[in-house]
Amino acid sequence: MTTEPQAGNVWPIWEVFVRSSRGLSHVHAGSLHAPDAAMALRNARDLYTRRNEGVSIWVVPAEAIASSDPDSKGSFFESPQGKDYRHATYYTKSEGVKHL
Amino acid sequence: MQPEANWISRAPSLKRKAILMAKVQDEAGHGLYLYSAAETLGQPRDQMMQDLMDGKAKYSSIFNYPARTWADMGAIGWMVDGAAIANQVPLCRASFGPYGRAMVRVCKEESFHQRQGFEILLELSNGTPEQKQMAQEAVNRWYAPALMMFGPPDDDSPNSKQSMAWNIKRFSNDELRNRFVGMMMEQVKVLGLTLPDKDIRFNEETKKWEHGPLDWDEFHEVLAGRGPCNAQRLERRREAHQNGAWVREAAAAYAEKQAMKQAEKESAA
Repeated sequence: MTTEPQAGNVWPIWEVFVRSSRGLSHVHAGSLHAPDAAMALRNARDLYTRRNEGVSIWVVPAEAIASSDPDSKGSFFESPQGKDYRHATYYTKSEGVKHL
Repeated sequence: MQPEANWISRAPSLKRKAILMAKVQDEAGHGLYLYSAAETLGQPRDQMMQDLMDGKAKYSSIFNYPARTWADMGAIGWMVDGAAIANQVPLCRASFGPYGRAMVRVCKEESFHQRQGFEILLELSNGTPEQKQMAQEAVNRWYAPALMMFGPPDDDSPNSKQSMAWNIKRFSNDELRNRFVGMMMEQVKVLGLTLPDKDIRFNEETKKWEHGPLDWDEFHEVLAGRGPCNAQRLERRREAHQNGAWVREAAAAYAEKQAMKQAEKESAA
């Protein structure tokens, strides 16, 4: 038996971000389909926070997210290379000095 | 999820019913996690659902076996979900990120399923002789199908080589199956039950457990759509999809109407 897919019933994809009670910021949890933001929030609650995983949820239409190109990550993230002086561990002369 | 959902209305107590509903809800969620992961490869969700309903998409062989008694809820949790965990824990580190991340969630939830199944069997085993027998019979029924969940033997597994090469699968079917048999052997003693396999042995040379012969013809029949419940499971899936059509339509119509109202408001402002 073949059932024809009904047109107009394809709901958009929403990306779900959850902030745990002790977490610092919202973290991507996954995605889901929903007809609108209110339903996306409810579905996200049922799908991603059944065990007290979160105290706050963001849903964002997947098509609204812009992302960096994975194929050019080398050149895109090149700037920090060789700039060790941006890390505290670069400064060794103060070793042994307390509370620094 | 279908084998268990059948028992929600017949659970022996309110507590067991609440637990079983939570498990079935988890299983529905696992389906959604995996569809999300698969979707990142480019196939739209509704197409995948359509392929499932048309009998084109493959799914785990285990869902095509019937759950005959309440004890089957125990055996499914302990053995079927146990086999799923043994299979899926290494998949958490699979090279395909969306799949690995879905597996992390799945495994966390499956461990509750396995423990609740074990507890059902343990209580039945410590109950009346009839209850103990019911538990034993359920274990007997699910043992071979659970072992076959790991897939065909290594020398007859057409997809393994590719998945291993891509680092999606990290251990072979037989390796995981033998590891699982070893765990079952210890746990079944606590249950006071036995495994229906007189050929299980610990191989002193390889230091691994080995199980008796499995009926791989049955496995291939189930995969080909000719298992005990294949037709029934797919029919139920199509029925649920059709029964839910009005909900999907109403939600889409509501969303469209709200969007229109919003656009009107913005153009008036």
